[in-house]
Order: sequence, then structure tokens, then C-alpha cells
Amino acid sequence: MSEVSVTKNDGGPAPTGDPLVVLDNVNKHFGALHVLQDIDLTIHRGEVVVVIGPSGSGKSTLCRTINRLETVDTGSITIDGRPLPQEGRELARLRADVGMVFQSFNLFAHKTVLENVMLGQLKVRRKDRNTAAEKARELLDRVGVGTQADKYPAQLSGGQQQRVAIARALAMDPKVMLFDEPTSALDPEMINEVLDVMQQLARDGMTMVVVTHEMGFARSAANRVVFMADGRIIEQAEPNQFFTNPRSDRAKDFLSKILHH
Amino acid sequence: MNVLLDYLPEFRAGFLGTLAITAASAVIALVLGVLIAGFRVSPIPPLRAFGTAWVTLLRNTPLTLLFLIAFFVVPKILFQGASPFVLGMLALGLYTSSFVCEAIRSGISTVPVGQAEAARSIGLSFTQTLRLIVLPQATRTVLPPLSSIFIALTKNSAVAGAFSVTELFGYAKLLSDKGYAIAVIFLWVALAYLLITFAISGVFRLLERRMGVAR
Repeated sequence: MSEVSVTKNDGGPAPTGDPLVVLDNVNKHFGALHVLQDIDLTIHRGEVVVVIGPSGSGKSTLCRTINRLETVDTGSITIDGRPLPQEGRELARLRADVGMVFQSFNLFAHKTVLENVMLGQLKVRRKDRNTAAEKARELLDRVGVGTQADKYPAQLSGGQQQRVAIARALAMDPKVMLFDEPTSALDPEMINEVLDVMQQLARDGMTMVVVTHEMGFARSAANRVVFMADGRIIEQAEPNQFFTNPRSDRAKDFLSKILHH
Repeated sequence: MNVLLDYLPEFRAGFLGTLAITAASAVIALVLGVLIAGFRVSPIPPLRAFGTAWVTLLRNTPLTLLFLIAFFVVPKILFQGASPFVLGMLALGLYTSSFVCEAIRSGISTVPVGQAEAARSIGLSFTQTLRLIVLPQATRTVLPPLSSIFIALTKNSAVAGAFSVTELFGYAKLLSDKGYAIAVIFLWVALAYLLITFAISGVFRLLERRMGVAR
């Protein structure tokens, strides 16, 4: 656990925006397993929400339902006021506005780093090559991998790959970024370089949903911590309050296990 | 032994005929095979059902039966007056497309799911995801089975000879009907087939090597 002690939102914007992502009474089953139970969650524009909880609590599934990589059984999800459409062209358009960063990076293995960041701009946003390449290089510089632009993903370290993946998502100018355990597959010494990029994004006012086990990040970058267990949201609170004085027994139990060892 | 030299033009015509019908059917099989493989992994159920039906029907029917249908049933309904070459090409091409489809589908399933998820998460459509991300990465795994399928196609084209398509095997039969020693005739025929099948293996070995470097 990397404890980064930074004062939250160094001059960054307060989460006062209008609702951007709204989950209303969402339920989902995997066979007999009720992975999401009556989930109500509203994420405001500019807000950074960190979702934590024990394994199997449904937090990754929750994250993946927001861009419909997982479908839900009942309930509704709206993004910027529009309900998630069925699979098809309209859903593709909506996904372009929702950036996603995966635990296992999922960079396109047969394309160079630069091509990875350009692809969506060319094929989805229909930009011309020069504009796309320029933006891609700018983003790669911003996440600190500008010198790796012409390499293939397999030639990069995990931390570098994940930063490229963040650049790839940012290239679409997303309204919200979803992070599904972005540092869980990384060697310990590479975790901070990814968290630093995410910290910067949070400070720049990006709306973020972050599923993570990095409590340091939750403390320093989150506006709100959502604690999940057994498919339910047990508790939501401002991070300081959550970590120093959790209300639910389930959260107390969870924190006592992860913070004292 | 003279039969080999005396009938050289016939052998050459047969060789070119085999080459032509193999190449034409291979193109049909490849195009349809990729398309049907796309259907089989599509999120749209009717397309998936169509793909499954296509493969089940064509893969499990004896090739000779398909030729019989192509030559005696199909011209009654459509393609009236089509040449034996076109009908033979269709029968061979469609038959082989079912095998190509399955080889490609097996290649698609070797590409990690995360690749397609990442592609969809940046807003690519299903078709774009398949064309730009999944198929290019599947190509390398698909090459060895494809090579076998095309070699099998070359040899299957002999069936077309029995349906008055100008090709190697048809000429071999013609000459042996005239009373020439069959063993000698087969020497040229075998050599000609080897020429084509070795060329196919060579091309695929080259492709494999090139793809190996590109990654």
C-alpha cells in the first residue's frame, strides 16, 4: 500500500457539477450470484469517486456496467442525461465519450504506442492523420512516455503501458474516465508513476471513477469514497471521514484488515 | 512413355485449368470464410445462426454431392447457362469457405478478450473491432491451418475434372481411357499437383516468417 500524503485538490475544482453518471436501482446477476444489488450512485461532473471493497464485492462489475461492457438486468444507467443504448452504433458513440483504463492495460498488441493513441481519433472521431498524431504525441508527453511513441506495447514496462492506456483513453476527450484496478497488475515500483498521472488528471478536473486498492490514492485524490461489499454499496463518505471514522461495521472490519499489516 | 511428350499441350492445359479453378475457389473461400466467421462471432443472433447453418451444411456434405447439386440443381434455379468452370468454382469455393471460417474463428478466439473490450471502449463498432484489432492479430495463428486447407482445396479440385471442367485429373482420365499406361500418366499429374501444393506451402511459410517479425 503506497501511502501518498498529499493535500486533496491542490486548488482543484470542488465537485459541484451537475450529475454526469447516474445509476438508478441497478441489479445484475452472474448466474445465481447477485453481483450488483440495488445500486444507486450519482457521479457529478468534475468529481473523483474511488470505489473500494473486498474482492468479489462487485466493484469491477460496477465500473464495467457504466460503459456497458457488462449489461445490467434491471435498473437504469444514464450518462449526461442519456440512458445507455443497446449494442450498436449509438452505444459505440457513447463509449467514445467514456474513457476506460483496464487492469491488464489491453493496449493493441499489433500497433505501436503512437498508433494506439491515434486509432480512436482516426476511426471514431474521424480526425486527419496529422491532427491525430500531434494530439497523440502531446498526450504521450503529458503521461511521460513521449520517447516510446514508436515502440510496440510488449517493449514497454507495465507502468509505461498503463500510462499509454490512459493517453489512449484521453485522446477521445472523454467526459468521464473509468479506472478498473489500474495498478493491480503492476510491480510495486511502477504503481506511483501511474498514480501520479491519475492525481494530475484529478487535479485538472477530470470526472473519474476509480476502482482501486490504493488507499493512499483514495485519501489524497478522491472527493468521495464508495465502499462496496457483497454487491451492495455499504457506505459513501468523504475520504478523511471514511478512513478515520467509518460508520459501518463492514467497513471498519475491511479497513482494520488492510491498514494494519 | 511417349504419351508424356506427345500430349504435353494437354497436360499444360490441365495444369493451367487446375491452377485457375484452385485460385478462383481459394479467393471465394477466403472472402466468404472471413465474412461467415464474422457472422459467427457477431452480437446479432440471426447472423450467428446463419453462420452456424452455413458451416454445418457445407462442411458436413460430401464434396461430390455438392458438385452434383451445383451442376444439376443450381442451373435449374439460377446461373442458367453458367460454364462448368463457374459451377465447379462455386461448389469448391463454398465447400472450402466453411473450413476457412472455422480456422479463422479459432484464430479469433486466441486473441485476448481484453483487446476487443479496449477497442469497443474507445468507441469502435463491432465490425471495426474485428477488422482493425482482432483479425490482424488472429492472422498469425490462422496461417498454418489455412495453408493445409488450401492444399486440400488444390487436391479437391480433381473432383471438378469428373464434371467436364478442363483440369489435370480430367485429362489424366481421358488419356487412360485412350489406353495409355495409367502409371506413367500419373507421373506428370503428380508432379503438377506437387508444384502447386509446394508453392502454397512456400507462400504460407513466407507469410508466417514475415508476421513473426512484425510483432
